[in-house]
Amino acid sequence: MRVYEVLFIVAPNVEEGDIETLVTQFSDIATNQGATVAKVDRMGRRRLAYPIGKFNEGHYIVLTIEGNGSEIAEIERRMRVSDAVIRYITIRIDEDLKRAEKFGARRAARAAAGRGRSRGRRNEPVLPIGSDDDSDEEDED
Amino acid sequence: MSSEPREGRRDDRGGRQGGGGGGRRFIRARKSCKFCADKVDYIDYKDSRMLGTYIPERGKILPRRISGTCAPHQRMLATAIKRARNCALLPFATD
Repeated sequence: MRVYEVLFIVAPNVEEGDIETLVTQFSDIATNQGATVAKVDRMGRRRLAYPIGKFNEGHYIVLTIEGNGSEIAEIERRMRVSDAVIRYITIRIDEDLKRAEKFGARRAARAAAGRGRSRGRRNEPVLPIGSDDDSDEEDED
Repeated sequence: MSSEPREGRRDDRGGRQGGGGGGRRFIRARKSCKFCADKVDYIDYKDSRMLGTYIPERGKILPRRISGTCAPHQRMLATAIKRARNCALLPFATD
């Protein structure tokens, strides 16, 4: 199962109600293909960093979709055809999230190990082995 | 040893071993990676306010030697900035 983030920008002249129908339309495509829409994030109306077409503003919407990828193709095809969507970008995030999780777990493990060691060897001399994680002094010379 | 000639080209890099007799060595406090300090594992491209701090005047990506960001985080940051540019959250170029 893959996790995708589909961000799309709706033209500023589109009514709120029409935006909602767009969102439900795209969500339905995903659910019909067996995917699940994990999250719908409406970032609201924002200024664009550069004009797209003739617009300087846009409604940002992010769909987080869990699926196998076939639904993304269909959603993107619809977005390309739609006049209301002025920009879209799909990003696969499951690998990044997994990596982030791994880093977090490793950090937690290291923190736990460091604490255990310092408590266990109270009387032994402290050896300057792996200075745990954020060693501030990095003077090589 | 092998990387020295490449690094020795510039003398103004922190407390590195400056090349031969390139005059005075600048001893500057070692910059530290802000993402490591904050324990960031994933840099979100939608956080344009945070990314904006790594975008100087011209709209370019702030180099590592200026910001002090570590290599893994700089890679993540560069990807995030490029994604943000694609969806008009950050400019490609500004004047």
